[in-house]
Amino acid sequence: MERVEVFSGLKKNRRALFGLILIGLLVFVALIGPWISPYNPLTPDPIHRLKGPSWSHPFGTDSLGRDILSRVIYGSRISILIGLIAVSISLIPGTILGLLAGFYGRRVDEPIMRGMDIMLAFPAILLAIFITAILGPSLLNTMIAVGIVYIPHYARIVRSTVLSLKEQLFVQAVKALGGKNLRIIALHIFPNTIPPIIVYATLGMGTAVLQAAALGFLGLGAQPPTPEWGAMLSEGRQYIQNAPHVAAFPGLAIFTLVLGFNLFGDGFRDVLDPSLK
Amino acid sequence: MAHSLLEIRGLKTYFFTERGVVKAVDGVDLSIHEGETLGLVGESGCGKSMTALSIMRLVPEPIGKIVEGTIQFEGTDLVKLSEAEMRKIRGNQISMVFQEPMTSLNPVFKIGTQVAEAIELHQQVTSKEAWERAIEMLRMVGIPSPETRVNEYPHQMSGGMRQRVMIAMALSCHPKLMIADEPTTALDVTIQAQILDLIHRLKERVGSSILLITHNLGVVAEVAQYVGVMYAGHIVEYADVIHLFKDPKHPYTLGLFQSIPKKRGSGRREPLKAIPGLVPDLLGLPEGCKFQDRCSQSLPKCKDEPPPWIDIEPGHQVRCWLYE
Repeated sequence: MERVEVFSGLKKNRRALFGLILIGLLVFVALIGPWISPYNPLTPDPIHRLKGPSWSHPFGTDSLGRDILSRVIYGSRISILIGLIAVSISLIPGTILGLLAGFYGRRVDEPIMRGMDIMLAFPAILLAIFITAILGPSLLNTMIAVGIVYIPHYARIVRSTVLSLKEQLFVQAVKALGGKNLRIIALHIFPNTIPPIIVYATLGMGTAVLQAAALGFLGLGAQPPTPEWGAMLSEGRQYIQNAPHVAAFPGLAIFTLVLGFNLFGDGFRDVLDPSLK
Repeated sequence: MAHSLLEIRGLKTYFFTERGVVKAVDGVDLSIHEGETLGLVGESGCGKSMTALSIMRLVPEPIGKIVEGTIQFEGTDLVKLSEAEMRKIRGNQISMVFQEPMTSLNPVFKIGTQVAEAIELHQQVTSKEAWERAIEMLRMVGIPSPETRVNEYPHQMSGGMRQRVMIAMALSCHPKLMIADEPTTALDVTIQAQILDLIHRLKERVGSSILLITHNLGVVAEVAQYVGVMYAGHIVEYADVIHLFKDPKHPYTLGLFQSIPKKRGSGRREPLKAIPGLVPDLLGLPEGCKFQDRCSQSLPKCKDEPPPWIDIEPGHQVRCWLYE
């Protein structure tokens, strides 16, 4: 499909456009974070503990008197980074495994896909907890864990795309011209798998952010005092009766980012899928 | 007689399916000489395409396998070559044009890139030279203003144009043999004639031999010098095109000719004659002659023993007990 068509298609698709605006807004906030955040996100202020939203602290303060707005702003950098890195960690091996399994079939396919099935048999969060427990709780390990958990999803999507692609006559035609298998996979099959991968990766960003937040909530992700949204949510849980804003604002931030990715991913799929036009 | 380029003897390609062994190609003998066009005709499912894929060694493994026979190409037996050696031959010395021009080009690349790739795979050229050559090839196959069309994507071209691109790719390395597997079936009639004419002209120019696979006898009459009629996995009649059209011998060939609609001046209309029965199930072929069940002239002998090649006259052979 032509690039121009994708852009004009996105412009017409309101859902995708709205998602893109949400994502863009948060990315913009993340980029200019240090210049717009009113306070240092890590500096405690014991006198102003658990203060509700006010003019000096628009989102209020947490149990140590830190400004929640500043922490949410810095947290956006972390969450977006988590999304990007975790998705890359699952995307790259997942795509390679899916390409190999789909193209070579049988002897290669069986061991790869049965391995993937075993990974899929674990509930995602349990597997992520398991991996972080082995690697130790830290932000980087959270990304690795979330990344590994989603490898099978990408492998399956790519594999099924490859299965239908390799029956296409053009693959046979390249073979008939004397092309090597690896060349066919890399140059002819892989480019055709990109649209479904992009769509799934966009949706996957939202899921990865949620998973990382869940791990943070369980205390296995980012460690204090890192302003990670999930960890902030977890902290705020203790004060939910007296100071609901402590949990509400990071929760709202997670909601906005995930909603943005989901709307954009959904709309993008419609744009790329010619059968829906 | 010209030097023999391709010589197939006793080729058997079987498919090992869950329901049993499917004998898709079951003892094909054929030879193609330099500069010659051989037409291979037969119904759908008689093994024409599988014969072609066997020559290219592109039989879908591991279900399909060449189990017996030799494919001598310029003195080397292709069946015995390794995959790496075979890759050097594919596209370079033997190339193939497929039936469906709509799907035989990769939708995500410009056609120029794809023609250039065919050249770069076998020749030591820079990518700029390959691109220039690609434009040249496109001009040769009659694509108007190739300098601009080289930048187009497959979906911007019509079926006929795409088939021209496929032919350009197939001929880009000046192969000695081009296999055309039903190259005109998916095209409409006016374009069919253009493509056949193009294949014919380019053959003269490049000096390739052609194995033309088709179920259309009209196509064969137009471009082939020799014809092999295929039925249920093997060739039942072989002759030069003039003899075959003037004097077909095998009951199956006769049946094929009778099932062509005829143009009659008198206005008298007869129902179209068809060969009775169905294309045989390749899983349960009868002993003896494979055509016996559908043949109107079958003899008791046909049930017992498969007929050998019988010479009608030099260059015209038939596998039928009637001519013993």
